[in-house]
Amino acid sequence: MIDKKHIGRCVSRHSVAVEAGKLRFFAKAIGETDPVYTDEAVAAGQGHASLPVPPTYLFCLEMEKPDPYDWFDDVGLELPKVLHGSQLFRYWRQCHAHDVLSFEAHIDDIYQKKDGALEFVVKHTRVVNQHGEHVADLRGVIVQRHR
Amino acid sequence: MMVASIVFASIEVGQFLPDLVLPPISRTTLALYAGASGDHNPNHIDIDAARAAGMDDVFAHGMLPMAFLGRLLTGWAPQRQIQHFEARFVSITHVGDCITCRGEVVQKIEDHEGKRLVLTLYARDQQGDIKLTGSATMVFD
Repeated sequence: MIDKKHIGRCVSRHSVAVEAGKLRFFAKAIGETDPVYTDEAVAAGQGHASLPVPPTYLFCLEMEKPDPYDWFDDVGLELPKVLHGSQLFRYWRQCHAHDVLSFEAHIDDIYQKKDGALEFVVKHTRVVNQHGEHVADLRGVIVQRHR
Repeated sequence: MMVASIVFASIEVGQFLPDLVLPPISRTTLALYAGASGDHNPNHIDIDAARAAGMDDVFAHGMLPMAFLGRLLTGWAPQRQIQHFEARFVSITHVGDCITCRGEVVQKIEDHEGKRLVLTLYARDQQGDIKLTGSATMVFD
């Protein structure tokens, strides 16, 4: 069982430079064909500093570290039993390629349903750019299923 | 191509965004998404790992259909207008599923914080089964 003592704990902190090539690869993977996401000139023409980071890509940048699941063990989450329950983004500023974003994640809540057959871990991540500006918040709910 | 600007006054509650209809999810889609997203959880790319975890086959990252919902939004209005975007992963998206994304304007708000539209979002498969439900708030000048 996941101990509620982990509520409030900082589980991850890292910085990552947003790479234009990776944004283009992501656009390909999701079938995005709007050139604003792949062509710097088109992005500039629409007032962007560089290629815009698409809406869900902040989640990917949050995982861009050697082992994004390295805190699972400490908290009692087992990767094969885990599903992503929900994901929320709150955007304060548009991010672009070449930004350097800092992610800091805390556990906001831990609870269970169905007499513990389902355990829930709520993680909140604050994202700040290289200028110290608060650019986004992410909130993810991780579900652990016990059979 | 530039996403046409949407005029707030012309939008009505109950209006639908143009549907986004995706091609079938292939194993290549999953491999590309794993690489591009950085989420290398083997359940999505390695059938042996998926079977060891009790699944019949690999299945899509929940964030893949959520990225499709993101495309539904950014194909309709410029991305900088998205203030909030969330999704609940209702059921697993399988290899071969054809996802259709739909958005409906459910609220039109004009108050001291400005002009906003609240959208309800759905991603469904070819049987009409819901894979994701979500919502988004779009801001207008």
